[in-house]
Amino acid sequence: MIKNLLFTFLTVLGLTLNAHANLQINVTEGTFKPVPIAITPFDGGGDPQLAQAAQEITQVITNDLQSCGLFKIVDPAAYIQSAKDVMAQPRFADWKILHAEALVGGLLRRQGGNLQIDFRLFDVFTETQLAGLSLGSEPTNWRRVGHKIADEIYEKITGDKGCFDTRVVYIAESGSEMNRKYRLAIMDQDGANHQFLSSGNSMVLTPRLSPCRTKIAYLDFGKNNKQPNLQLFDLQTGQSSSLGAIQGLKMTPRFSNDGSHLILSIADKGVTSLYTMDLGSKNLQRLTTSAGAIDVSPCYSHDGTKIVYSSDRGGKPQLYVKDVNGGEGERISFSQGLYHNPVWSPRGDLIAFTRQNGGTFYIGVMRPDGSGERMLDSGYLLEGPTWSPNGREIMYTYQPHSKSKSILASVDIVGFNKRNVNIPGEGSYPTW
Amino acid sequence: MRLQITGLLAAASLLSLSACGPCPEDCVNVAGQGGLIPSDVAAAAAESPCVAGSQADFVQNVGDRVFFDFDRPTLRPEGIDTLQRQAAWLQTYTNYAVTINGHCDKRGTVEYNLALGERRATKAKDQLVAAGINPARIKIVSYGKNRPIVEQDGSEWAYQQNRVAITVLD
Repeated sequence: MIKNLLFTFLTVLGLTLNAHANLQINVTEGTFKPVPIAITPFDGGGDPQLAQAAQEITQVITNDLQSCGLFKIVDPAAYIQSAKDVMAQPRFADWKILHAEALVGGLLRRQGGNLQIDFRLFDVFTETQLAGLSLGSEPTNWRRVGHKIADEIYEKITGDKGCFDTRVVYIAESGSEMNRKYRLAIMDQDGANHQFLSSGNSMVLTPRLSPCRTKIAYLDFGKNNKQPNLQLFDLQTGQSSSLGAIQGLKMTPRFSNDGSHLILSIADKGVTSLYTMDLGSKNLQRLTTSAGAIDVSPCYSHDGTKIVYSSDRGGKPQLYVKDVNGGEGERISFSQGLYHNPVWSPRGDLIAFTRQNGGTFYIGVMRPDGSGERMLDSGYLLEGPTWSPNGREIMYTYQPHSKSKSILASVDIVGFNKRNVNIPGEGSYPTW
Repeated sequence: MRLQITGLLAAASLLSLSACGPCPEDCVNVAGQGGLIPSDVAAAAAESPCVAGSQADFVQNVGDRVFFDFDRPTLRPEGIDTLQRQAAWLQTYTNYAVTINGHCDKRGTVEYNLALGERRATKAKDQLVAAGINPARIKIVSYGKNRPIVEQDGSEWAYQQNRVAITVLD
């Protein structure tokens, strides 16, 4: 059976297998062999409506697995069995000839007013079933069914949780540089179901999703763009509420891992310091007091014991890590240039950041102690990284050249599979 | 002949009044969008010598903005001079409150530049307060790099125009 994609620090990706398996993936810088997978077109059993849904679900699964870069779809024209036959009994010997290493089939049927989807995933070489699921769904929800099946396949083959059934919030931008419109927007990770959450009448910046993905904390400049304040958008009610007016500019909010409070920075009297805000009482607690300095963009570690942030207390913005319970914080960034937007990986092993050096911006990662720094992408203006929920990918603001538009891009943490995210216009500061 | 000249003078002064009339309102409107667009201000100022104590008077004769060096919050000597003139003007026209808008050029991150803009606006505010203006009359808003004052085409001049604290009459 196939288990666990393991990452070692030097961008080596290994697929560990049990004694029966003879399937191997290796990623070393630049060389990587994706897993060949055959996804037989799901079967709707002769019902035209089901046939349509089956085709669309197959397409979603195919797009998901292809886009993540870890899979190569075996050409469907060569398939030698239908999904129905695969579900009954795969002819593994024939699939081996096609060099398919994983095989997927699925059937749709009606269950009352709902869809019932059965699917199976097989390891062709060991001739074993890796997963079998039966999913019930409302007829309109077929995209999520496809994403959930893709997540299951991804997890069984890589050992990591899939992120296909997830959403991304970002700032949708439009208009010229001098007349820019900023709107809060949400979409599925593949760009489907795009929706604007704010009107664009006021400037909105730096959105962050809560750990349960039900709330968004963001900066809203308010009426006439003269009253910047933190807002909390509730995705369940569609309502936005103010997080209280106090002296100073509250900004760069980020949720604690339990969602009970925010860590943020407040700029007041020329000094920007870190604070926490209890989301129940709205009480603030100050965490840093560097005289004259800008301490900004704080983020908790995966286990909540540490904070990483950017500070110019040494002259230029650099990354610092401090204990939640106190301490001065230790600088962890030492290469040339300025460091911004640190974000701790949900796995805990890496910190993603924006680096600015000369005329170039970089998205990079380093270990929490500052070692192992690597750049994953660079260009005219890149900033605002966010981690995929499984810690495998980073999404960020991407403007490769001075004349190009500002869009979103994502890249795997070993630096491969860089791609543009599907958004309708321009955008920045994704939160995943 | 003499009559004609008188007539011309009268017409000229009427024109001048009508050009000056909408001026403060125009400027306030522009300011209400968060920043002043220099070409508009220059056009408004060129059209008329505006009445003392108006927004246009403040922009044209006092100077509404002070500039900063890249990634630095420190006031330059000419900036300090401008703020001294602003303080003197505000001591004359005590009915005004002001908002100082902090801006940054686009070669930086949204997050750090929001803080940097606040620091720049504060430097300007501190100078006004030191010159005797009541701090209660001065608000601050930082727009970071997200509301530029002039379009940034890559020239150093354009970047410079956006590293600025602009005092806007409320």
